[in-house]
Amino acid sequence: MAHQSDLIASDIEAYLKSHEEKSLLRFITCGSVDDGKSTLIGRMLYESKMIFEDQLAALESDSKKMGTQGEALDFALLVDGLASEREQGITIDVAYRFFSTDKRKFIVADTPGHEQYTRNMATGASTADLAVILIDARKGVLTQTRRHSFIVSLLGIRNVVLAVNKMDMMHYEKAVFDEIVEDYRAFAAQLGNGEVPFEIVPIPMSALKGDNVVEHSAKMPWYDGPALLPHLETVSVQATEIEKPFRLPVQWVNRPNLDFRGFAGQISTGVIRKGDRVKVLPSAVESTVKSIVTYDGELEEAIAGQSVTLCLADEIDISRGDVLCEAGSPAEAANQFEATVLWMSEDPMLPGRTYVMKSGTQTARATITAPKYKVNVNTLEHLAAKKLDLNEIGECNIAIDKKLVFDPYLENRDTGSFILIDRLTNATVGMGLLRYALRRASNIHWQATEISKPARAAMKAQKPAVLWFTGLSGSGKSTIANILEKKLSAMGKHTYLLDGDNVRHGLNKDLGFTDTDRVENIRRVTEVAKLMTDAGLITLVSFISPFRSERQMARMAMEEGEFLEIFVDTPLAVAEERDVKGLYKKARAGEIKNFTGIDSPYETPQNAEIIVNTVERSAEAAADHILEVLEARGFLS
Amino acid sequence: MSDRRLTHLQKLEAESIHIMREVAAEAENPVMLYSIGKDSAVMLHLAMKAFHPGKPPFPLLHVDTTWKFKEMIRFRDEIVAHLGLKLIVHINEEGVRQGIGPFSHGSALHTDVMKTEALKQALNLYKFDVAFGGARRDEEKSRAKERIFSFRTTDHRWDPKNQRPELWKLYNTRKAPGESIRVFPLSNWTELDIWQYIHLEKIPLVPLYYAAERPVVKRDGTLIMVDDERMPLKDGEMPEMKMVRFRTLGCYPLTGAVESEAATLPDIIQEMLLTTTSERQGRVIDHDQAASMEKKKQEGYF
Repeated sequence: MAHQSDLIASDIEAYLKSHEEKSLLRFITCGSVDDGKSTLIGRMLYESKMIFEDQLAALESDSKKMGTQGEALDFALLVDGLASEREQGITIDVAYRFFSTDKRKFIVADTPGHEQYTRNMATGASTADLAVILIDARKGVLTQTRRHSFIVSLLGIRNVVLAVNKMDMMHYEKAVFDEIVEDYRAFAAQLGNGEVPFEIVPIPMSALKGDNVVEHSAKMPWYDGPALLPHLETVSVQATEIEKPFRLPVQWVNRPNLDFRGFAGQISTGVIRKGDRVKVLPSAVESTVKSIVTYDGELEEAIAGQSVTLCLADEIDISRGDVLCEAGSPAEAANQFEATVLWMSEDPMLPGRTYVMKSGTQTARATITAPKYKVNVNTLEHLAAKKLDLNEIGECNIAIDKKLVFDPYLENRDTGSFILIDRLTNATVGMGLLRYALRRASNIHWQATEISKPARAAMKAQKPAVLWFTGLSGSGKSTIANILEKKLSAMGKHTYLLDGDNVRHGLNKDLGFTDTDRVENIRRVTEVAKLMTDAGLITLVSFISPFRSERQMARMAMEEGEFLEIFVDTPLAVAEERDVKGLYKKARAGEIKNFTGIDSPYETPQNAEIIVNTVERSAEAAADHILEVLEARGFLS
Repeated sequence: MSDRRLTHLQKLEAESIHIMREVAAEAENPVMLYSIGKDSAVMLHLAMKAFHPGKPPFPLLHVDTTWKFKEMIRFRDEIVAHLGLKLIVHINEEGVRQGIGPFSHGSALHTDVMKTEALKQALNLYKFDVAFGGARRDEEKSRAKERIFSFRTTDHRWDPKNQRPELWKLYNTRKAPGESIRVFPLSNWTELDIWQYIHLEKIPLVPLYYAAERPVVKRDGTLIMVDDERMPLKDGEMPEMKMVRFRTLGCYPLTGAVESEAATLPDIIQEMLLTTTSERQGRVIDHDQAASMEKKKQEGYF
């Protein structure tokens, strides 16, 4: 791994000293297999001497065996070790490569493969300072070039190298290069509404032959810009983060003893000095920085990127998730946003479903209302959308269950970004960029009313409850709910029965049976049930409600102990046999689409309070059983 | 403002500290795997930094195969006492009863029983839900794509099809009961970064990394140090005193020494920069099966 520096052999101490000062650049390479991306990365590893002799020997023998370059070294083989894994179906989103020169250390995010490309590229781009977009000189600006550039601009990368590769195949002609660059600039302007959203440095090169990779190529004397590696070594990317207002998302409150209370986190942007005023969000309380504590001693100032611990002059309540801000230029806090969401899961994003959101060190519950539109990543067209599928990007409104501290993404990558997590599988299913707060939320205040929920319930000598009947169509939900309501009524209890079919005649008559509409169907009925509970009623809800997530959402919407899930457990075969409404027959005949149990899933409850088996028990007996449970739990007195 | 920027080592340090604090804040019962080697030394140093002036809010765990170099164990106990940390040493007692060892059973079985199995035992026994490991992405081709937060099933298997995308520095630490996460805070460090950082921060290391006269025998082209009397010598084999050092540390019978005069850190770094073979060459374990790393990882090896 011989670095070129002669100092290694002659004066290792001096060499080490100079290398302590190296900076770090993270970049992503975008291109498809045929653009020579692997060859380019392989060559950079080779030229920076990051390849050991044993690896080189392996490369030589592999090049002869399976290389595409005759007797010459096939650099692509250095990084294409993932091919066999792809065949085994192993998901590779991003592979990271490392090399360094005398001036900089580099981390390259390499995203192989066409499938999942949008998702993978966005992952690699999320931590990159710069993007190298490869273009095949023979082909010019292609659809995929547009897609790559769109993602680069979306993720807010400000520095782009347009690597016009394979110039050797085009006789190193200036005209070829100029035309591609002109085309590309015209396209890039569309990305930022007439203004190119990033700086473009176009470089004509041949990764295969090594032209303009490390050194200026004699074959293209007409080109007077830098070669790729020298450009990567010198391009400035960090300064802007330091100039932005100070932000520190609190990760951890450090309390080793009663005398010390520090707030630990990584400074996202800006500079902080002892004595600076800071504002804590969302509480908006202000204080002064008393000390900046590190293991290496107290600091007078700390800058963006450093992990530090701050002590404040005043005893104020601060916990993980709060954001320390420059007092004169604080972040915002809101609970409704417009955001760009990129969906990363096989299961589509469904409006109305609740996801866990992580943004900086904050965790919240978030619901996406319908996407305003989705973007065709190839043409930049806006398309109408009701949901987002895997790899789709959409502009959405998001509602959050608490105040979230944020900056717009383009101003701050840390406080403006978030991930969405599925509540049941815990998988990361989406990523998003916060654009701006929707003011609506803060302008509509909750009107406090004088007569309270307990007062209304007391008048009726009952405890309000939501009895949520779920089960297949024809399982007997409505029959049992109906009998139960009659019994409760006879006891003088004040009830209301919300029946799926009936609600679809009115409130929800605009909804169909797609997954998206089913989620909205449940969201609305949940809100209605919540109002009725507030009125003190015992509310019976009889809805198929096939998804665990939405039943969970309904449960969370009610107060603790107020929600009872009743699983009417009737096997599909039995329900289909009964087929009271003749629907199964139609579904089997293909006349009804998205029918639960046939071509749309039913997710069995895992912790229902009551399970009634309608095969062993009559509807009457089931209703009696539920009544006993209500009695035992004190709902009826 | 141009002079106010972070060096690559400062950035790597800040990233590792951020990762450790995320785990401390979100895990229920984390632990740091401490293997006594140079990467562990750096990881431990970073943990001391991350929670200063407090102590790291998790114990260290050393999985002792009973075949580690004697000097490693001595160093381990000194460091832990000096820093005032809690150390858990776990040995697979069942393996000891069966007399499993690298000489009698081969490196593959020994590693499986005394290391991989032992690690799983310890994680189950103490119900750790997150374990820090010192692995780096530059160590080996198959690690290049490894996540910083790597998910394990309830039986500690790595399911390559079920890993989560890592965006920005937002780590999804949620998991179902029984599942666990291995976290690699040194993912983005290279071997050179590790050495430079050790030099810069004056981090103490096991003396085995420095060249000294040590008794070795040559087997299959690898210099093996005779660390104790358990090493069976073959006919005509005589331990020789040679100036050697180790580039990686593990079980002594499975770790090859290199002949070297490098007795100081700058000498070591100089030697490393001028050498032409990659680091893992000294590990007998990697030669055993081609592409063995992937397989070991799926089974629960770090």
